[in-house]
Amino acid sequence: MIVEVGHYALALALALSLMQAVLPFWGARTHDARLMAVARPAAMTQFAFVALSYAALTYAHVVSDFSLVNVVENSASAKPLIYKISGVWGNHEGSMMLWVLILAACGAAMAAFSRAIPPRLLADALSVQGVLGAAFLAFILLTSNPFARMVPAPIDGHDLNPILQDPGLAIHPPLLYLGYVGFSIVFSLAAAALIGGRLDAAFARFIRPWTLAAWCFLTLGIAMGSYWAYYTLGWGGFWFWDPVENASLMPWLAGTALLHSAAVMEKREALKVWTIFLAIVTFSLSLLGTFLVRSGVLTSVHSFASDPTRGLFILAILVMFIGGALFLFMLRASSLKQGGLFAPISRESALVVNNLLLTAACAAVLVGTLYPLALESINGDKISVGAPFFNLTFGPLFAPLLLLAPLGQLLAWKRGDLLAAAQRLFVAAGLGLAAMAVFAALHGAPVMSVVGSGLAVYLIVGAFVEIVGRIFPSGFGAAKNAVFRARGLPLSAWGTAFAHAGLGLSMLGIAASGWGVEKIVAMKQGDVYDVGPYQIEVVGVMNKPGPNYQSTIAYMSVKQDGHVVALLAPSKRFFSTRRMGTAQAGIVTLNLGQIYVSIAEPNPNGAIDARLYWKPLVSLIWIGALVMAFGGLLSLSDRRLRVGVARRAVKTQIAAQAAE
Amino acid sequence: MMKKLLGHLSRRHRLAIAPRARRASPGNGRAKRALWLAMTLLVALRAAPALAVEPSEMLKDPKLEQRARKISEGLRCLVCQNESIDDSGAQLAHDLRLLVRDRLKAGDSDQQVKDYLVSRYGNFILLKPPFEWDTLLLWLSPFAILALGAGAALRKSRKGRQAVEDRPAAPLSEEESAQLKSLLEDGQA
Repeated sequence: MIVEVGHYALALALALSLMQAVLPFWGARTHDARLMAVARPAAMTQFAFVALSYAALTYAHVVSDFSLVNVVENSASAKPLIYKISGVWGNHEGSMMLWVLILAACGAAMAAFSRAIPPRLLADALSVQGVLGAAFLAFILLTSNPFARMVPAPIDGHDLNPILQDPGLAIHPPLLYLGYVGFSIVFSLAAAALIGGRLDAAFARFIRPWTLAAWCFLTLGIAMGSYWAYYTLGWGGFWFWDPVENASLMPWLAGTALLHSAAVMEKREALKVWTIFLAIVTFSLSLLGTFLVRSGVLTSVHSFASDPTRGLFILAILVMFIGGALFLFMLRASSLKQGGLFAPISRESALVVNNLLLTAACAAVLVGTLYPLALESINGDKISVGAPFFNLTFGPLFAPLLLLAPLGQLLAWKRGDLLAAAQRLFVAAGLGLAAMAVFAALHGAPVMSVVGSGLAVYLIVGAFVEIVGRIFPSGFGAAKNAVFRARGLPLSAWGTAFAHAGLGLSMLGIAASGWGVEKIVAMKQGDVYDVGPYQIEVVGVMNKPGPNYQSTIAYMSVKQDGHVVALLAPSKRFFSTRRMGTAQAGIVTLNLGQIYVSIAEPNPNGAIDARLYWKPLVSLIWIGALVMAFGGLLSLSDRRLRVGVARRAVKTQIAAQAAE
Repeated sequence: MMKKLLGHLSRRHRLAIAPRARRASPGNGRAKRALWLAMTLLVALRAAPALAVEPSEMLKDPKLEQRARKISEGLRCLVCQNESIDDSGAQLAHDLRLLVRDRLKAGDSDQQVKDYLVSRYGNFILLKPPFEWDTLLLWLSPFAILALGAGAALRKSRKGRQAVEDRPAAPLSEEESAQLKSLLEDGQA
């Protein structure tokens, strides 16, 4: 019964989204306020119905209702509760449900918190959001129904893929989707602005909070996914340039560019057309990612061709939205008035350079991801595009950003002084060089690691130069009122500093990976291995049962100068339902670096193959991402950007216009 | 030709993971299916039931072994998703690692090993695609986009500079001067 309610609610949500798509749009064309007013309640009810449907599916998973195909294929009675709940999105149908749930939530959030947005713009934007909802709800109902029944119901299910039975599953997809789909709001607003044909600096204020929020979630989602892969893969890699990862990196790059260009648009009314274009591109790349992952086209072009229903449906959605939006852009872009002139050396120009590099880097990822697919379908040639390609193209396009970010922060709007800005970075550059010398003395080669870590230190220190300059305008001697001034600084300035510093921290962690130590051994109880500055001793090996698996655990102690500093317990799990194994690496963080051990199953002679690593500073990769997201959060809580402020600004504007 | 080889490979792969195979890790056989399932999420997770490089595979000569690792990093495990044979736990990757090491032991140079593998499996095995006619767009388009964008931005900025420079600050009108004066006097008072 509950399952049928969920199914029905999904169908109702589709009907509501169609209503939301048509009525407000019509109202905006005919200046009918009543029709436009339909948008907000429609968006909220649509969300309520999708949420109800999602809850019903979760319920079916939690009570192990094996009359549902989806539950049978992805769950089992013995599965721990957390994976029954997170397992809902651990499969195709469920993850599309999560996607639509978040899409509907975005629509509802826009309806609830955007009273500042002019009614016609909001009506059009919610209408676009309605079209998006309708397309994806139809996709679920027509091709990927999670509520399909199975008769007769089996006694037990096939269990969730063991790789997915990990806390990472509970955190990573929701965060990532919040980022991906969060950009839909920006997309809808951009499309609405193009439909309405009016574009001013206020538009940048409308989209900035949503862009920032989506960007924060995407940053965290990508970082979480990277850490998940890091600890489950068994060899400690954190980024693989896999098409699925690239699919999430592309919207992040475009979204980062969008954040920066929206700042120019907001402050100086320049780059308006470009900002709109990026708003469209960012969400288009999210859609592209969904298509790549959901259609099966990545596994093989042939498997896509053999069962094209789902793939073609998503491809149609993709073409409709990206093509539609770009067509609209083409029609309207030339009529949008450009404003805000600036000199070649200025904050605006610096942000243009930032956007150029980010866009080119994004293009490198896009081309590298799609080229093999295109080439194979054109002439049947199969090529691989892997890490070496991206290191050679993405690397040189992204690296200058690290060098230029602190400089850009120090240039004034409209017309800046490059020499003065460079002089203020003297300390940061000096510390960067000093760091290079220290790291070179401590660790030596590879050169890339030395250069990279120096650059990272420069970026971290440089991120705060602007703020320090504003807190101590006349040198550190005059510290009077420093606290007062620090508190008076806009939070968005702090946000920028933290986000840039976070990027620097991540870069430091990545650069340091070159100094890692690796040991591949067949170990026995009592063996001691030197791994970097530590010794690892194998204390013993034990078999232990888990809730739905058997595990082999190797107990180890980590010593430094004869003292035990940490314990490790890497293990190997075997899930009997699916007859599959997973590896759980033993990881311990010491001085920001990590000892990382993963084991294989015991050999016939009793020895266990193991990989032992010392990865200096590796934790900074993810700490940096957290700091980046924290910077985004600071910026988000800036008074200027809060939802009500724009409304007040609009009111004053209207009042001013009325006075004229 | 290529397809035939791949078909052959995957058959071998399946055979190699029959229950009584040397490495009876049950996960191996389902690696591909697991991969497909893992891809239902937007995360790049691979089945990693066995370790990639195993101690028994490694060559005695550390220099040779280092070369083998270096080469392996650039070779794709053909049945995996963009994973190098150095990182993959699949049976095929294991076979290829042994093959690389055999060739090295036989005295091949790094390039000869790669050429040999390309002659057997095609360019598909190289994680770094060769710079050829049909990959020209792949290698150059990111930089072409940067150049085009930079060109457009420069053209615009030249206009911008002229506009900024051509427009001298307008002198204050009488009304404005009066306003300024009163403000300044206010400030002193």
